[in-house]
Formats: sequence, C-alpha cells, structure tokens
Amino acid sequence: MTWGATDLTVTYGETAALSAVTVECVPGEILAVVGGDGAGKSTLLKALAGIGVLHQGTLTLPARGLTGYVPSEGGIYRDLTINEHLDFVSNAYGLSDWRARAADLLARTDLADFSDRLAGKLSGGQRRKLGAAMALLPRPELLVLDEVTTGVDPVSRMGLWRLIAGAAAEGAAVVFATSYLDEAERAGTVLLLHDGRVLAAGSPAEVAAAMPGTVTESDQRGAPERSWPRGRRWRDWDPNGVRTGERVSLEDAAIVAELIATGEAS
Amino acid sequence: MTAIDVQSVTRRFGSFTAVDNVDLTVEPGEVVGLVGANGAGKTTLIRMILGLLAPTTGTLAVLGSAPSRELRRRIGYVPQNLGLYRDLTTVENLEFRAAAFGGSPAPSPYTDDGLIGALPLGLQRRAAFVAATQHDPDVLVLDEPTSGVSPLARSKLWNLIRERAEAGTAVLVSTHYMDEAEQADRLVLMSRGRVAGTGAIADIIGDVGAVEVTAPRWQEAFDLLDGSGPPVTLAGRAIRVLGADVAAVEMALAQAGVVAEVRSVAATLDETMVLLDS
Repeated sequence: MTWGATDLTVTYGETAALSAVTVECVPGEILAVVGGDGAGKSTLLKALAGIGVLHQGTLTLPARGLTGYVPSEGGIYRDLTINEHLDFVSNAYGLSDWRARAADLLARTDLADFSDRLAGKLSGGQRRKLGAAMALLPRPELLVLDEVTTGVDPVSRMGLWRLIAGAAAEGAAVVFATSYLDEAERAGTVLLLHDGRVLAAGSPAEVAAAMPGTVTESDQRGAPERSWPRGRRWRDWDPNGVRTGERVSLEDAAIVAELIATGEAS
Repeated sequence: MTAIDVQSVTRRFGSFTAVDNVDLTVEPGEVVGLVGANGAGKTTLIRMILGLLAPTTGTLAVLGSAPSRELRRRIGYVPQNLGLYRDLTTVENLEFRAAAFGGSPAPSPYTDDGLIGALPLGLQRRAAFVAATQHDPDVLVLDEPTSGVSPLARSKLWNLIRERAEAGTAVLVSTHYMDEAEQADRLVLMSRGRVAGTGAIADIIGDVGAVEVTAPRWQEAFDLLDGSGPPVTLAGRAIRVLGADVAAVEMALAQAGVVAEVRSVAATLDETMVLLDS
C-alpha cells in the first residue's frame, strides 16, 4: 500500500499554504521535501501525519496508530526521562513487548547511556534523536519527520540518518523535510516545494536532469538576476543554453526552479 | 595585517580543555569556514575571538590587538539565534543596533515593518545580516548564517556575504552543512578541541573513504551491514559504509548471499567529521 496525497490544497484564511500538491510515499523508500521557511513543508507533513489539517483533495494514510511523527519543534517533555518518554509512547499506542525494540532504538541513537536523564538536560541533537526513537517505537508504516536534522551537528545527524534508513529498510514509507540539498540527496526521491506548490519531483538525478538550460561556472559574475556565488566563483544560468552531457547539481536545479517560480530571472 | 590571528590558543574550563593549542588565521577579504561536530570547540573559539572569553594560554589578536570592548565596534556578529529583538520592528532593531555601535542605521532590506519575530525566517536572516554589517565592520563572524532558508534564499545571503568579503571584510563562518562549507575559500575542521584539518573540502577529506554498496534491494543489504561495525548511511538507494574496507564488505555480503555491487568512494565532508569523532 502506498500512502500520500492527491491534489492537496490547504488554505489559511486568504493564504494558500498548499496548492494541488500530489505526493506518493512508498513503503521502503525515503522522500525528501525540500523548501525554505514558508514553502509549505510543515503543512504538508502535518497533513501526512494525519493531524486534522482542513484540506481539499485526497489523503491516503495508514490506520490510526500506524503513523510516526516528529514535529519541527517540541514533542518532548523536559521533565521526563528518556525511559519515561518511551514508556509514555508505549502506553499511548497500547504496545506490548516494546522493551527490546526500545533498547535497540536507544542503542542505535547512542542514547542508551542517558536513559535516566531528563529530556531537558539533553543536547538538541539528543532530543531530536529521542523524538525519532519515540516515533519509531510503534513500528509505523508511515514515518513523518519535520526538519529533524536542522541545527543538529554532523555526528547526531548521521545517527538520525541511520534510524531513518533503518525504518525504511524495515518497510516504512519515510518522508522528511529539509532545507539542505546535500541532505536531500540522501533520499531516493526529492520533492521541491515553493509557496505551497511542487516545483519538481523525482530522484535527485531526475530533478537535476529536468532543469532547463545550462549552468556554467566562471570567475566573472553574470547577470545579477541569474547568477549566484560558489566560493570565489560564480554560477550562471542560461535559460536557453543547450546541455551536452555535463552533470547538473541538485542545488543548481533547485535554485533555477525557484528563480523560474518567482519570475525573478525573466 | 591578518584580521583574525589565533596562535597556539588553549582554553580550559576546570579540568576540561575546550580548545587545545589552536592556530587559525583569517585575512581581509577571505571567507574561512569553521566546521566540526558539537563539542569540537567552535563556539568557545568564537567567544574568544569576540572577546567574551579570554584564552587560558596562547595569543589571540583581532585587527592587530587583543579583543576588547572598543574593538567589538569593528566586528559584526550574527549568532545562530540571530540576536534580534523579536518584539521590535525591523527598523527599530536596526536603529537600536546603530545606537549601540555608533553610526547611522541602514535602511530596512524590505518594506514590511511589522514585529520582526512575526516575519518569515528568510527576512529575519537578512535583517540580522544588515544589523551586523551596518556599522561597516572589518571582521564578520557568522554562525550557520543560512539555516532553514530555501536554496535560492541561501544563494542570495551568500551573495551578500561574498560582496562584504570582496570589499575587504574578513569573514569567519561556523557551519555544519556542506551547502555552506562549499562557499568558503578555505575550511578549518575542529575535532575535540583541536584543528584536525585545513584547506579546501578535498584537502580535509584527504584519503578518508567509504564503501558504496548498490543492491537491487538496498533494504536487505542495509540490514546486514548496519550494526556490523563501521557507521552506515544512505545516499539515494546506495548504502555507504564509512571508513570500511572493500574486501571486508564484499565478504560480509557474500557470506549472507546478498547480491550487490561494491566500490570504493571518497567520503563526504560530514562523513569525514563522523569518522573523526567515532
């Protein structure tokens, strides 16, 4: 069974947070939703997590209790220990036989040595890993992670990645939001979101290949509305350029997609 | 004159050595990226450069003299949490900062002048950058300056940073992300308080490698390799076993009867950081 949304539109007052977004979450696969602040990532992820978001369109979601969700902020009780959090989740989901899985999740996240520590005393990265471990405890069919790796250092981030990949290997459909393309490239499928609309979707290679025109690098800055820095050099997009096999990076494709969507390059 | 000149600096907190015999220089017009995991000592080093902490031993000069309150006027700093007053408007934030640093406030970079805490993060980041640079500092210290913004907004912020550098400002950027590290002229990698590498990304990665495994069913290969010892991660549908030996991975796969292609690849910057800390 595949989860996801078809033609999902969500409106807050006059503002469309999502406009006709279609997304497929396939068991055993990882989907990265990429966009900046205000792109609609959190709204989409809340809808996929089955949190009552008023919407038009169709959501296809697992049965209640079979979705794991880590919000972009919060979800952790500062005055409970790590063990108490997992105990709480097991009660809320009515789990039996969960202790071995909890121990495994804590070992994978390097949290086992801190299991009696109050969550308020954990580092930011440890709190995010605890959130992910809680979401994974009930063996969800759909795992929804909202910017769990933002502001997290590379070592904790790798720990989170190990959990995410492990969940997909177990057969969960995983969807996570990020604003970083180096991270999105770790997913099998990427969805670029801007102003509530899907700009591009597919494997990282497919999204890059679909970019119109060429991006070249030089020491000279090109037209200001179509060029951006990369170190001391400049990347310059030519909408009419013809590619002859050179590789386009996902970052180039994402910047160009946003330039087209905002009309800035015209 | 070297803008930031850190020579053999050590900082201890009781028996804990947060920064251990570190050298670091930033020249005018140069963008240096400071990378490393949590606990590497980046924050302690930045606090010393800003004059908020004194080194235990070693010498540290900013614009030719020891950090001081007077010198702080020539430094611009954008902390990770932006350092803005959320209950003031953008114009009020810029006016307040100008009053504290001297000089006149820069114009707001956008028209919306509601409370700054209610604005989108991308605008707040631009405002924080303007607030930190309106006194025309010679040294700019930025902590993850583009966290949470879109790829286009990130490229625009880097455009502003690059313009500052081209005008002669020395820029030190602390970051966790490849997307940002790639923008620096040179990186300094810290690990456990020490400098573990300097140079371009390729110099820092050096010969640190990974074994990439592609299997028709990656999930099966991941299950097998995860927990076998070295850290394991994913890139698309390929599995990456960090710092591992091709022959050992091939043998583990063959023994379990898992069909896969195995090849040796270079590690990424964040994978290198993970291996350094493990």
